[in-house]
Amino acid sequence: MKAIYTWSAILAIVFASVVGDVLLARAMKQVGDVGALWRRAGLGVVIGRTLGNTNFLFGVTAMAVAFFSLLFALSWGDVSLVAPAAASLTFIGNAVAARIFLHEKVDRRRWIAASLVAAGVALLAG
Amino acid sequence: MLSHGMKQTGSISLNHLQGVIFAVLNPWVAVGILLLLAFFATYMTALSWADLTYVLPATSLGYVLLALVARFMLHEHVSPLRWLGIALITGGVGFVAGGPEVTKHPHGAAPGGEPCAVTASPLLAKDARNGAPGVEV
Repeated sequence: MKAIYTWSAILAIVFASVVGDVLLARAMKQVGDVGALWRRAGLGVVIGRTLGNTNFLFGVTAMAVAFFSLLFALSWGDVSLVAPAAASLTFIGNAVAARIFLHEKVDRRRWIAASLVAAGVALLAG
Repeated sequence: MLSHGMKQTGSISLNHLQGVIFAVLNPWVAVGILLLLAFFATYMTALSWADLTYVLPATSLGYVLLALVARFMLHEHVSPLRWLGIALITGGVGFVAGGPEVTKHPHGAAPGGEPCAVTASPLLAKDARNGAPGVEV
């Protein structure tokens, strides 16, 4: 029973952090090139435009949900299972979500990279 | 740094919320939070001109760095399996770094974007107006 709780919490972490990452990426694409904007309009405008972006606010909220799910997961399962499982599944989930929602061109090179990194993180964190 | 500082302050309970303030005043925790903020700011900056699927593998180099710090500065033991993990991450980052860093959109954020791909800019603009992320038309 505890395993079901743990895995549900891990899936919640993965889902929330993928949603968060996609929203943050979308927000920053809307804000535009930060370096160029900074030179043109100053740091205040960059910060204001970022913090005022709806996607950014939802993204940060999703990240907070992911963090609290992590705390729940850790209270039910071992850190040696939760950390690598959540981290590596997040990489794969992000590649899928970026392709669908951000229309990024996830070619074979990026799939291989995401899989290698996911496997590597699973080994390192395990 | 955060974990070091939090171990110094001791455990925090919901009944003693002033403990949180002491925790934040602890220099280790404060520096840890500042560094996390710096990470977040640079991560956001990178996302403003590169794809998520490019930035994310690249940030995973942090895991490699962490393992190297643990090995050479803290003199912890790093098992062969973890060295393999380091090798896989490094290989993965090398793979993605060899490709283009951003998907070209007609008039998106990409400098010198070519008007070739079908895509998201109109959708993004619509989302910005509606404040409804992820809605497909």
